[in-house]
Amino acid sequence: MAEMLIAWPKALVREGRELPTSGVPGVVTQLRAAGVTQLDGMTAPHKGQEEFRHTNLTALAEPLFRTLARPATLAHESIASWLYPDAAWAQIVFVNGVYCPALSTRRSLPETVYAGGLAEGWTGSHAATLEAHLGSCLGARSTFTALNSALLQDGAFVHVPRNTVLSAPIHCLFISLPQETPVSVHPRNLFVVDEGSEVSILCTYAGLAGKNPVLTNLVEETVLGANTRLDYCKVVQENAIGCHLSTHEVRQERDSRQNAFFASLSGGLVRNQAYTRLAGEGTQCHVSGLYLCDGQRTVDNYLHIAHEQPHGESRIFFKGILEDDSRAVFLGKVHVFPGAQQTDSEQLNNNLLLSERARVNTKPQLEIYADDVKCTHGATVGPPAEESVFYLRSRGISESTARGMLTRGFAEETLEAIRCDEARGRLAGHILDKYQVKR
Amino acid sequence: MLEIKDLRAAVNGVEILRGLNFSANAGEVHAIMGPNGSGKSTFAHVLSGKAGYEVLPGSQVRFQGRDLLELPAEERARLGLFLAFQYPVEIPGVTNANFLQTAANEIRESRGLDKLDALDFGDFLREKMAYVNVNPVMADRFVNHGFSGGEKKRNEILQLAVLEPSLAILDETDSGLDIDALRIVSEGVNKLRSPDRTFILVTHYQRLLSYVEPDFVHVLYKGQIVKSGGKDLALELEDKGYDWIKEEVDSNG
Ligand SMILES: Nc1ncnc2c1ncn2[C@@H]1O[C@H](COP(=O)(O)OP(=O)(O)OP(=O)(O)O)[C@@H](O)[C@H]1O
Ligand SMILES: [Mg+2]
Repeated sequence: MAEMLIAWPKALVREGRELPTSGVPGVVTQLRAAGVTQLDGMTAPHKGQEEFRHTNLTALAEPLFRTLARPATLAHESIASWLYPDAAWAQIVFVNGVYCPALSTRRSLPETVYAGGLAEGWTGSHAATLEAHLGSCLGARSTFTALNSALLQDGAFVHVPRNTVLSAPIHCLFISLPQETPVSVHPRNLFVVDEGSEVSILCTYAGLAGKNPVLTNLVEETVLGANTRLDYCKVVQENAIGCHLSTHEVRQERDSRQNAFFASLSGGLVRNQAYTRLAGEGTQCHVSGLYLCDGQRTVDNYLHIAHEQPHGESRIFFKGILEDDSRAVFLGKVHVFPGAQQTDSEQLNNNLLLSERARVNTKPQLEIYADDVKCTHGATVGPPAEESVFYLRSRGISESTARGMLTRGFAEETLEAIRCDEARGRLAGHILDKYQVKR
Repeated sequence: MLEIKDLRAAVNGVEILRGLNFSANAGEVHAIMGPNGSGKSTFAHVLSGKAGYEVLPGSQVRFQGRDLLELPAEERARLGLFLAFQYPVEIPGVTNANFLQTAANEIRESRGLDKLDALDFGDFLREKMAYVNVNPVMADRFVNHGFSGGEKKRNEILQLAVLEPSLAILDETDSGLDIDALRIVSEGVNKLRSPDRTFILVTHYQRLLSYVEPDFVHVLYKGQIVKSGGKDLALELEDKGYDWIKEEVDSNG
């Protein structure tokens, strides 16, 4: 097993070396080279590593890593249902990681704001921003992030310059289109919000139906300047055999606020790994999430928040519903640096088990090196409370309806954290469909 | 409308209700009082169909001409039985309006009536909220979630008003209420009194009974109704406590 995983990147990296290099900025060339070097010295992810200890990596079959997805085009009709109908939104679309201008709309964006493909962005008027920030948040995390750098080609790039408040969200839609063989896609996203600006970014990762799996190995870097606000909502809806691995790196400067939501609705294996550095004073970072697991699926959330400066506030609220033989992993780590006084942090993970065979590993953790802080953490795992079922039945509601209501209520409570009505509404609809009639 | 003969129920093998006899006619208000641990909540739970109680053979409960003990909890509710909980349950994620619409419609459906759509139900709910003096914003809040003790009890009365049962059992709905909340709850109950609705008020306090005047007062002790009387019995109990009744029962063996 181990050898197999070590073998895969090499084949892909060979392909990566054939990526076009003309017009590519120095920072990209450097990142690719650094990725290749890192891969040489790295072992594949394995269970001996803390962050992969509970993750079922066997879903990552070797053929996924033999071939990079080829660029592809799609008709507008085949993606229309994933777009939001509001014409005032900028919606940028990617097929297998490559930006598709023909499917995207950007008319409503102010001229000073950029939202589009990374490769398009590195030649235009926002290139200096891209060069200044690309790679600046990413630590040497894992084979997956090194691989992403080695194969850096395209992804979403958003730049909101100083003192700009965007009223409409920017939607980034990533379509996974299965091919004749299993393939992998390595999108690299960069979101830069300059001082005093506010923006809402929605990301949808949608899998179209197909015989062969697609692996998305995403790396996303987000830089929040001083006094900024980001509302972020990521929805993963890969097909039943699709895999989604992501590493999110956020750096928050002073007085910035981040409100992020991670919805993992479908996919064979979904792993969200989000690292946030609260690098300035007085920052606020609220991260919530919902994962819905059934069949044999695994969803894995790894959240890391580093309170590096005083007066930071962080919240991690994640909930999951598990059916059948599914499995969920939650690891939360709040790290309070020496001197990060007056840190206020809460962490909670609740899991609703609808099957006795489903399994959850949850571990909210605190690592505190300052003395004047307020930090709490907790987790629950269990079936629906019989007390609640009885309360509803005592009002004339049948048992199956009662269980469905409780399940939907459990999930819907998390949606309160989402500020974008359209995104919240779409998720509420999904929950309603999925748990309408309880088996 | 309700006739109970020799009701015996055990929890974890311990008999809590030990041959309880009780009957009530339509429109009557019965108060049930008694020392802590005498079995009052157990009585209410067994009638409402809560799991975890073993009802022993020979127990008989007839309600609206049906054998109540045979029915699952939801069917008892559809038949017209309502329990206001001593400790109402919080249900995050489910709004009061959604909860009550679902309940009202399942009850209507079981009686062969058309379901109410969200608009019609919304009007109906607003009317009931005004009637029992509950703030309309409560409709969109999650059921009992983050409610104060008083708000939870008032929410039980709202449910009573919406579901229009023929038998309402209130388990200590007055406990822990300040005087203003008690007045609002009592007014709600008085408004909801009607010739075809029976109330069983489980309470420790005469205070409630000065607002909601009962037709009968019963004392439950060691799992049996050991004394019954008119509303004056509550005053006597308030005055003298339960010791004289306990002695009477315990010496009779
Ligand atoms: N689930 C249970 N498991 C074990 N014992 C129980 C359970 N429920 C009730 N009991 C016991 O049954 C007896 C009667 O309890 P019950 O709650 O019915 O009393 P009550 O009259 O309502 O008291 P209070 O006035 O304090 O509300 C008590 O001794 C109680 O400890
Ligand atoms: Mg009680």
